[in-house]
Amino acid sequence: MSNGQSRFRVPAPPYRPGDEPDFSYLELQKAGEASRPDPLIAASQTGELATGLVGVLDRDHRAVGSWNPELSPEVLREGLSHMVLTRIYDERMLKLQRQGKMSFYMKSTGEEAVAVAAAMALKPGDMVFPSYRQQGILFARGRNIVDMMCHCISNSRDNLKGRQLPVHYTWAEGKFFSISGNLGTQFPQAVGYAMACTYKGDDQIAASWIGEGATAEGDFHGALTLASTYRAPVILNVVNNQWAISTTQNIAVGDAPTFASKGLGYGVASLRVDGNDFLAVYAATRWASERARKGGGATLIELFTYRGDAHSTSDDPSRYRPRTEFDRWPLGDPIERLKQHLIGGSAWDEDRHARLEEQMTALVVQSYKEAESHGTLHEGPLTPTETIFEDVYAKPDWRLRRQRQDLGV
Amino acid sequence: MPAMNIIQALNSGMDVLLDRDPDVVVFGEDAGYFGGVFKATDGLQSKHGLDRVFDTPINEAAIAAMAIGMAAKGLKPIAEIQFADYIFPAIDQIVSEMSRIRYRSAGQFASGCVIRSPWGGGIRGGQTHSMSPEAFFTHVPGLQVVVCSNPYDAKGLLIASMESGDPVIFFEPKRIYNGPFDGVPDTPLKSWAKHPKGEVPEGYYTVELGKAEIVREGQACTVITYGTLVHVAAAAAEAAGIDAEIIDLKTLTPYDIETIARSVNRIGRVVVAQEAPRTSGFAAELIAQIQEECFYALEAPVYRLTGWDIPYPHAHEWAYFPTRDRFVRAMKTVMEA
Repeated sequence: MSNGQSRFRVPAPPYRPGDEPDFSYLELQKAGEASRPDPLIAASQTGELATGLVGVLDRDHRAVGSWNPELSPEVLREGLSHMVLTRIYDERMLKLQRQGKMSFYMKSTGEEAVAVAAAMALKPGDMVFPSYRQQGILFARGRNIVDMMCHCISNSRDNLKGRQLPVHYTWAEGKFFSISGNLGTQFPQAVGYAMACTYKGDDQIAASWIGEGATAEGDFHGALTLASTYRAPVILNVVNNQWAISTTQNIAVGDAPTFASKGLGYGVASLRVDGNDFLAVYAATRWASERARKGGGATLIELFTYRGDAHSTSDDPSRYRPRTEFDRWPLGDPIERLKQHLIGGSAWDEDRHARLEEQMTALVVQSYKEAESHGTLHEGPLTPTETIFEDVYAKPDWRLRRQRQDLGV
Repeated sequence: MPAMNIIQALNSGMDVLLDRDPDVVVFGEDAGYFGGVFKATDGLQSKHGLDRVFDTPINEAAIAAMAIGMAAKGLKPIAEIQFADYIFPAIDQIVSEMSRIRYRSAGQFASGCVIRSPWGGGIRGGQTHSMSPEAFFTHVPGLQVVVCSNPYDAKGLLIASMESGDPVIFFEPKRIYNGPFDGVPDTPLKSWAKHPKGEVPEGYYTVELGKAEIVREGQACTVITYGTLVHVAAAAAEAAGIDAEIIDLKTLTPYDIETIARSVNRIGRVVVAQEAPRTSGFAAELIAQIQEECFYALEAPVYRLTGWDIPYPHAHEWAYFPTRDRFVRAMKTVMEA
C-alpha cells in the first residue's frame, strides 16, 4: 500500500464516463458461503460477516446456505409483486416529472429489494426511519398509491399539505417517520425511538436507512455510539449503492474494508449483505430483528447494491459514470433474480410475470388519474394557502396570526 | 413556602414532572448519577431510577436526536446540554429536525421536549462557558426559547415548557443560579432567600409561556431584558434613583409584544438589553418590532445595550458584560435625549 513516503491522496472512482467498467476486482463472497450464527452472538464475533457477503440466491438463482429464510412461494410472489410495483411506479413518476407534473423525483431502481424485503421481514408495528429511496417500504406496508401520488404532486389531498419535496413521505399510520433531506439525521433518531420502545417495555423495534455517503456524517457515529451504549433494539441499514450523487463509495469508506466493518469498533453486530438478493435482505433483517427483540441490541447492515439510475431528477449520471455500469454490476437486478428463482421452483412463469407487470402498470396509471383529479402542483387545487401557518406549533402564536393576516389568507 | 435557589427550583420542577408522568425522562452529560455539573438533576436518579434519569455520551447532536426519537414514541424528554456554548454540535438536529417535525409531517409527529442549558456570563467562564446563543434559536420557526430569571419562574416555566408539546430551548442564567446579581463586578453573592421570587411552592404549578412580567413599575423609561440582566437593570434603577419600568421577557419566542407595546407607548423611552454580542442579537428583533408598533410614541432613539461583537473574554469579562454602570448610562441617555 505504501511506497515509504506520505503523499496527499484523493481516492478516484475506478471508472468514469468513457471507461469500460469491469467489476471483477470486487472480492465478493458467494451465496451460501457465509454461515448464519445465532442472532445473540457477541458483536465481536461478527467480523467475518461484516467483511464477507451474506447471500442466499446463487448464480443459478437457487436458494442456498444457512441464511436461506425458507419462505413460501406466496411470500416470495408478494415480494416480487411489491418490487415490480415499486419499479413501475418509479418509471411512471419519472415520466410525469419530465412532463412537468411534479417538481422533483427520486427513483429506487435496482434497490427495490433493500426496502421491500426489509419491510416484509419487520413486524407492522416496527417503526421505520427511512431515507428518500425506500418507497418500497410503503408498498410492502400497503399504503394507498393514490395517497402517495397526491403527496408527490403536492395537490389538495397531499397528507403533508404541500410542505415537503416529492418522495419525502410521512405516514404515521404505517409507522413511517417523516423523511428528511438532511443526510443521516434519522439514524440517531431511530436509536432514540428504539430506546423508548425498551423504556415502554413493548416488543417493537426501530429500523433506519441511510446511504453509504452519509456514513461520513457525525450522526452515523452518534447513532452507533448510542445504540451500543444503551443496547437499543434498532436495525441500522447502510445502503451502499456505490454512488453518492457523483461521488463513489471510496470517498466515504476510506481504507476500511467495508462499511459494515465500521460497526465492529462500536461493539455493534455488523453484516454485509447482498442488497440485490431479496432472500438475503429478508434473512438478515429477520436475524437483526430477532437479535433486537431478544435483548441483543443493534445490528449494522450494509446492503451492497447499485443505484441503477440518477440520484434524482436534478442530475444526469452519464456526466460522471459509464452508462454500462448497472448492466455489468455483478450482483444483477433484484427483480430479475427473484423472478428467476421463482420460475426455477416452478412457482412462477413468464406469462404470469407479464400479467403482473400489466396489472401493476394499469394500477399505477389508474391511480394517477385519480390522484390528478385532486389537483397538481402547477394547476392546483393545492392545500389552502393559509395552511402554511399551521403545525409550526401546537397552537399558532400572535406572530403567525399577524403574518397570516399580512398575507391576506 | 420553602426558599430555593434556581438550581433547587429546577430540580423540584423535574421532580414534579417525573412524579406526575411516567413518560418523562431526564438525561444529559453527567446528568445522571452525579446530578449535573451544576447539580440541577441532583438526587433525581436515586429517587426515580436509572432508566428515567441517566447519563449520555458526550455527543450533543445524539442527545438532541435521542429526544426527537423518544418524543416520536410518546416520551417527554428533558435533555441537558451542559453549557449553552456546547449546543452547536446539536444545531442540525435542533434546527433542521426537531423544530420542523410537526410541520413537515403535517402534525403526524411532534418533538415535544425541553432542552435545558446553563447560559450566559458573569462567572469567569471564558469564551466557552459564557455564551448567550439565544438568537441562533429565536430565528427558527417551530422552537420556543425561554430564559428564566428567578427560582419561582424557573420551575413554573420548566413545567409549562414540558407541557407545551413543542420543543423548548430553556436557557438558565448560571450567574444567578445561587442568587441575584446587581451587575457590580466582584460584589459578594446575595441569597435568593431574601428575594420574593426565591419562595417556591413544592408542588405543581406553571408560569405561562409567552407572558412577560413588569418586575418594576416606573415612569422614566422602559427597560426590556431577560435573564441575569433583569437584576442588573433593577440594581441600576435603584443605584441611580431612576424610575425605570423593567420588563422581564421570560419567553423570547413568542415574546409578549402586548406588554412591551403598552409600556413603550406610555413612556416613549426604551433600553433593550442583552448579554449576547450586538449584531443580529435578539435585541435587534425587539427594537424592530418596537418601531413598528410604537414609532410615534418614541421620544428618543431606542438604546441597545449589549455585549460587544467579540468572543466572550476571560480576563476582561467586566469590560464585555452589560454592568450596572452601563445600564445607568443607557437609562440616562434615553431620558436626556
